[in-house]
Amino acid sequence: MTADLTPKSPAYVADRLIAEDIDAYLEQHQHKTMLRFITCGSVDDGKSTLIGRLLYDSKMIFEDQLASLEKDSKAVGTQGGDIDFALLVDGLAAEREQGITIDVAYRFFATDKRKFIVADTPGHEQYTRNMVTGASTADLAVILIDARQGVLTQTRRHSYLVHLLGIRNVVLAINKMDLVGYSQERFYEIVTDYSHFAQQIGMESFLPIPISGLKGDNIVAHSANMPWYQGPTLLAHLEEAPVNDARMQDYAFRMPVQWVNRPNLDFRGFAGQIGAGTIRPGDAIRVLPSGKTSTVKSIVTFDGDLDQAVAGQSVTLTFADEIDCSRGDVIVQADEPCEVADQFECTLVWMAEAEMLPGRPYLLKLGTQTVTASVTEPKYEINVNTLEHLAARTLGLNAIGVCNISTDRPIPFEAYTANPDLGGFILIDRITNATVAAGMIHFALRRSQNIHWQALEIDRQAHAAQKNQSPKVVWFTGLSGSGKSTIANLVEKKLYALGKHSFLLDGDNIRHGLNRDLGFTDADRVENIRRVGEVARLMADAGLIVLTAFISPFRSERRMVRELMPEGEFIEVFVNTPLAVAEARDVKGLYKKARAGALKNFTGIDSPYEPPEQAEIEVDTVSMTAEEAAERIVSYLLNR
Amino acid sequence: MTFDERPPVSQQTLTHLQRLEAESIHILREVVANADNPVMLYSVGKDSACMLHLAKKAFYPAPPPFPLLHVDTTWKFRAMYELRDKAAHDAGMELIIHQNPEALEQGINPFDHGSLHTDMWKTDGLKQALTKYNFDVAFGGARRDEEKSRAKERVFSFRSANHRWDPKNQRPELWKLYNTRKAKGESIRVFPLSNWTELDIWQYIHLEGIEIVPLYFSQPRPVVERGGLLLMVDDDRFPLAPGEVPQMRSIRFRTLGCYPLTGAVESTAATLPEVIQEMLLTTTSERQGRAIDHDQAASMEKKKQEGYF
Repeated sequence: MTADLTPKSPAYVADRLIAEDIDAYLEQHQHKTMLRFITCGSVDDGKSTLIGRLLYDSKMIFEDQLASLEKDSKAVGTQGGDIDFALLVDGLAAEREQGITIDVAYRFFATDKRKFIVADTPGHEQYTRNMVTGASTADLAVILIDARQGVLTQTRRHSYLVHLLGIRNVVLAINKMDLVGYSQERFYEIVTDYSHFAQQIGMESFLPIPISGLKGDNIVAHSANMPWYQGPTLLAHLEEAPVNDARMQDYAFRMPVQWVNRPNLDFRGFAGQIGAGTIRPGDAIRVLPSGKTSTVKSIVTFDGDLDQAVAGQSVTLTFADEIDCSRGDVIVQADEPCEVADQFECTLVWMAEAEMLPGRPYLLKLGTQTVTASVTEPKYEINVNTLEHLAARTLGLNAIGVCNISTDRPIPFEAYTANPDLGGFILIDRITNATVAAGMIHFALRRSQNIHWQALEIDRQAHAAQKNQSPKVVWFTGLSGSGKSTIANLVEKKLYALGKHSFLLDGDNIRHGLNRDLGFTDADRVENIRRVGEVARLMADAGLIVLTAFISPFRSERRMVRELMPEGEFIEVFVNTPLAVAEARDVKGLYKKARAGALKNFTGIDSPYEPPEQAEIEVDTVSMTAEEAAERIVSYLLNR
Repeated sequence: MTFDERPPVSQQTLTHLQRLEAESIHILREVVANADNPVMLYSVGKDSACMLHLAKKAFYPAPPPFPLLHVDTTWKFRAMYELRDKAAHDAGMELIIHQNPEALEQGINPFDHGSLHTDMWKTDGLKQALTKYNFDVAFGGARRDEEKSRAKERVFSFRSANHRWDPKNQRPELWKLYNTRKAKGESIRVFPLSNWTELDIWQYIHLEGIEIVPLYFSQPRPVVERGGLLLMVDDDRFPLAPGEVPQMRSIRFRTLGCYPLTGAVESTAATLPEVIQEMLLTTTSERQGRAIDHDQAASMEKKKQEGYF
């Protein structure tokens, strides 16, 4: 099989205008629009070949690249020494050796009407993450099907993800028509099959095009081999399909504030990229979440003030009034604001090797706001191949599930389907800083709008004043057998003797009652600490000095409890006992069991302990007796 | 006056350059809002010129709130040094020039030291400067269309504390949500021009009237031919073979770097439209003029892992 390297249509041979009238050409090309699209398909569907073909037919391949392509095709090509277009879009060295692409690559080509950015992502199951990433910025998706194979499991998976990411413009490119004798019957068979599935996932429409990427049929010019196909060619459709920015102009104005521009005392501008709608000087706006209103004084740009600006543009707005507005706020049309809430239902796509831990605080970035958020256990996980809902307690790499999420403060948002700019978010691990998930908001949970804190007449100050003490949470952390409970007990005795009101929450007694439904997996450990933290906070609100003795192995959860408490009320005590010492003591015989394999997920043995980085108090139980340690902690508390 | 009486805002589909500009501005602002100590790497080429222009737009009416850093090799074209100083001054920005002191002391040069020249002046020099000034984010003008391995480069590219790039450990970039968080000692290279192509850059320079180094335009210049490359004799440090006399030829450059390493093309394109015309009609890709790329297909990727852009 030989690739036909002759461009099919003279339209994409270097424009005559270039040679004859470059100024006219430049003028024409300044008015080009831009479309971003994603191609989905497996290695065998001919995806790379199709992209290579588009680059080639739009004259994006230069002679030197072609020479190196010919050389590479002979060395590592899959076309028996003929030109292998797939090599044009291949990337990192390690991947080339494996013969597969394993990441998102962006390719560029242009015609007289449009510039195109293609997100090229692999179709392998384990790379859901990459496809979701590529789809998040796409206006359109090209889903490739091998005409010989028809609709496969992976076709369904790709279609589901494309639909999940809200892409409305879907092309079903039925490829390799040359290998099924350009059969009209086969084409319609596949289209019918796909229609059923599209309906099932709620995809409203799609455009099927019969093509051959290798031969060039219906890519640029209509194929003489398929006179029965009357629809647009692939490229013609790509040139005409609507782009998202234009669609977003029809909605109410939204602009997340990126940066406040204050070059001097006379100027205060709010810089951002308009996510939806249009804006003009004189328009009434509202700043969320505060709800303060003003009017737009000017739309400032380097090229002079504008009469109007539209979705997609990056601008700087000034207001008629001096109102508070900072990064993370959203400027909206005054009479059509978006919602503000702190609890949502959302779909999450998990993107990290480390699985999701329900209850653990993550950073959530949405628009330009970054807040702390925690996720509940999934309501269900979605099997992307069968679309079945599965029961799940957590989400692993590439898993997709529906969860509730709550943020530490109310944020302006919109449903993802209405406005991806204010409905799409990422979750970031607070320790590793990795992007661990992508999320799409469905709606705010009603209770987040309707439940308000009961304003208490006797507040925490009153409780504390009555007891003549300042409330504290003294948090003991350390390995099993390090001496946490022993020291905490001594501390409480001393506090009692001093007339202080205290209470000791202990790992063992809490696990027999409040937390008896929890085991020792990472997810359960997180939930264990979350509950203890909440109980400790309530007790501190009641004015008590709360002592807690839990292994609490993870930094994130200890930090979560710290952040529940007012500044200075959380005292972290690191009971520092080397593993060997704790194991030698083995008061409860647990280490022996763990070493024997009879006890799973035991901290220090087969589950990690993350020592505190900045504990208020550290006691070394090797050089210090329990009595001395308790004395030191009490004197610290009394001096606060 | 009530604003309701005004005609509705007309629908306007943004052009590709408007969308690219808006995206780049968004990226520049995200960095400034999050970084402790950002810097813009300024190489004086056409891509740097575009990036600097976009920075002026992003922060107007304030000047860009970060300095420019030129990692100098002492072997750039003279015309580049002239524009460098002028551009920084016009933008109202501080210009930091760093020359690797070891390379300076050892007299490292492209004629005698081969790839060591790039390694020491550029790769090591860049790392030294970032460490010396404690910059946590550096803007670079690289584009994804330049070379195959760059097609997968993120807009925000994370580097370990020793400035290494790990292709397996980069963050997914969804929508326009960039995760800008990093641990102490880590740094980020940010490429605001990721989605621009060479033609986009030229069109934008044309449309916006951005000043670029005159070397991009053709004029008679003294050249010698070495290993298939036309090299310009820009000063008297160029070692001529016995009897070798530079010839005056009408040439220009498609890409700029160290003058002894940068091949010229014979051309009559003396204006911007003519340059674009030539670029569109030409049949070899932009990077061919750079001596650094000819080794092997994955060479850029290796350089990148070591810390070169």
